[in-house]
Amino acid sequence: MSETARKVALFGLVVVLIVGTGMVQSWNSALLILNMGLISAVMALGLNLQWGFAGLFNIGVMGFVALGGLATVLVAHPPVTEAWSAGGLRILAGLATGAGVIVAAALVLKRLRRHRTLAVIAVLVVGFFLFRWVFDGGVEAVEAVNPASTGFLGGLGLPVLLAWPIGGVLAAGAAWIIGKTALGLRSDYLAIATLGIAEIIVAVMKNEDWLTRGVKNVIGLPRPVPNEIDLQNTPGFVENATAIGIDPVTASTLWVKGIYGVLFAMVLILLLFLAQRALHSPWGRMMRAIRDNEVAAEAMGKDVIGRHLQIFILGSAVCGIAGAMMTTLDGQLTPGTYQPLRFTFLIWVMVIVGGSGNNFGAVLGGMLIWFAWVQVEPAGLWFLQTLTSGMAEGPLKTHLLDSAAHMRLLTMGVILLLVLRFSPRGLIPER
Amino acid sequence: MDVLNALVALLNYVLVPGITYGSQLAIGALGVTLVYGILRFSNFAHGDTMAFGTMVTILATWGLQSMGVSLGPLPTALLALPLGIAATALLVLATDRMVYRFYRRVRAKPVILVIVSIGVMFVMNGVVRLIIGPEDQRFADGARFLITAREFKQWTGLSEGLALRSTQVLTIVTAIIVVIALFWFLNRTRTGKSMRAYSDNEDLALLSGINPERVVLVTWLIVAALATVAGVLYGLDKSFRPFTYFQLLLPIFASAIVGGLGNPLGAIAGGFLIAFSEVTVTYAWKKVLGYLLPDSMAPDNLVQLLSTDYKFAVSFVILLIVLLFRPTGLFRGKSV
Repeated sequence: MSETARKVALFGLVVVLIVGTGMVQSWNSALLILNMGLISAVMALGLNLQWGFAGLFNIGVMGFVALGGLATVLVAHPPVTEAWSAGGLRILAGLATGAGVIVAAALVLKRLRRHRTLAVIAVLVVGFFLFRWVFDGGVEAVEAVNPASTGFLGGLGLPVLLAWPIGGVLAAGAAWIIGKTALGLRSDYLAIATLGIAEIIVAVMKNEDWLTRGVKNVIGLPRPVPNEIDLQNTPGFVENATAIGIDPVTASTLWVKGIYGVLFAMVLILLLFLAQRALHSPWGRMMRAIRDNEVAAEAMGKDVIGRHLQIFILGSAVCGIAGAMMTTLDGQLTPGTYQPLRFTFLIWVMVIVGGSGNNFGAVLGGMLIWFAWVQVEPAGLWFLQTLTSGMAEGPLKTHLLDSAAHMRLLTMGVILLLVLRFSPRGLIPER
Repeated sequence: MDVLNALVALLNYVLVPGITYGSQLAIGALGVTLVYGILRFSNFAHGDTMAFGTMVTILATWGLQSMGVSLGPLPTALLALPLGIAATALLVLATDRMVYRFYRRVRAKPVILVIVSIGVMFVMNGVVRLIIGPEDQRFADGARFLITAREFKQWTGLSEGLALRSTQVLTIVTAIIVVIALFWFLNRTRTGKSMRAYSDNEDLALLSGINPERVVLVTWLIVAALATVAGVLYGLDKSFRPFTYFQLLLPIFASAIVGGLGNPLGAIAGGFLIAFSEVTVTYAWKKVLGYLLPDSMAPDNLVQLLSTDYKFAVSFVILLIVLLFRPTGLFRGKSV
């Protein structure tokens, strides 16, 4: 089968699966799968830049996705003026102090000749207490402002669509810092470093209530699409819906999800186009040359670490955009739900299954694996129900039925292992 | 100023928990470092191997408890431990047979093996959640304290109490036994020496007639035992939750890398370094300082450097510092 035919067939399969979900289950869940599938495809595209193009072992995808979510809050949430007047400036001053201390320590490290280590430690220790002293007061004041509903600084109140590029920029900034420190490391050290950073980013979002309300979640983020209730109250919309013969409530939810889907698809197609152009440019060929043989590429005068940093930032930015899109779709930021298995390792399964190094492969993997991730649960439940149908009622049967939800991880692991073993280049291999 | 009380408080809240946690991390890191030394890849499934072993031990413990078996003051889990180790050994050997052996044979790059281990991690994580569920499980029984704070205060007349939980003592004693046994095995027995030879120089070891499959088999057996012991000790000391065990991966890897991957001694040192840093940075020093400083200077806030939720950040920062200034770890590990 030629490559094009293979691509068409596999993407056709995704369409069939999603349309099939619409016919068998409901169009609502089909659109839900489609929307999250598109977002997952963007994440997979970002990871594919890093792993597929450059061979960078990043298992901190979750962190960048979370930063994208944070950007959505910072951009779109209306500012909480009370909190700003209570302690906003003090928090900013505290953060500035912290940054100043780090800069000072770096300067000391660079300039001083003797007693360098001692001086750096002294600067850091004194600076830390100074930072905490300025910062903690502000945090306390902000978090005391109406803690049940706000208790955080809020955002800028800008249109939510702006959050998508800004989410990318925020993730790129974090990636720059991480890349500067960790990219020189060996592959498995880099892996642990990125895993750690992602955990830290999520820990910060869970605990810094002044920024994200922590586990209290930020709800009711503005949406780029009309509200379902408003649609149901618009006579024109209701007329149109009844004209096609759908009840207005269903029609409004489908319409809203459809608009989201179109927005996400536009982002995905744009990024896919850019990634394809990058892959087939001299830059992309250089990246793959570096990936395949770093020493040879370096001998040809290629700046290996610089290029790695570049692509690490680009890939992370794409993950950040996806994270912002996801938070926009949810309409809320829930820091407690960021789990590495779901937001890092599942993306890895997508890229590997789809075909690392191939952009279409990553997109396919994203859609297909997301579909599997969603549908394994009902399928597992059905499977266990059939399995236990002959069993007498009892604790074992209840336990088995309850654990259907955990079939997911098992299935994903088995899929990953099977693909790695029997088709290590993925469904759409790199050319 | 009250040095004695300060010392007791320090012992109670920092040293004893630090040593306990350090022992648990060290045994976990030994498993990671052995896999890295012999099989030459970073095993991301290690946390979930620990969870599996602990789960089997918990199930066996419940079985024993329902039969009325108990060890008196010691936790029943100790009786169930051998069963847990055996089950884990079977699991990792089956995994090796079905998954890893193929990649060894085709001499896959280490990074491919790491991705494979991520797949194994998913499967093991799924199995554990399928069988025992994602919730918290407590399975410690027997005497809870060796010394309670009240008894300690009565004996010594100090105002600060020292509570020594039996699980803490058990952890430390077990860790010492395990480490001694492991080092005796690696340094004194023929199999252990062949393992070290294989780890140092694979080609030379093969030339001298060492059977690689046997070395791998023994390694997995030891790793299964270490993982189960570490997991059960951690579970007895705190509690068992599959996700927590997955998260333990980070401090365990940090310990192994800080000490130097592939170096058993380094893994132990790394474990204690990480554990003590985590405990000291996240401990509220108010009490200790209150005893040491004159009343006028006593701190009015908690003097906690970082909230406990950031303990992962601590292991991570140490990891980064060591990697930047001494990339092979404190004890000169190996690199593939």
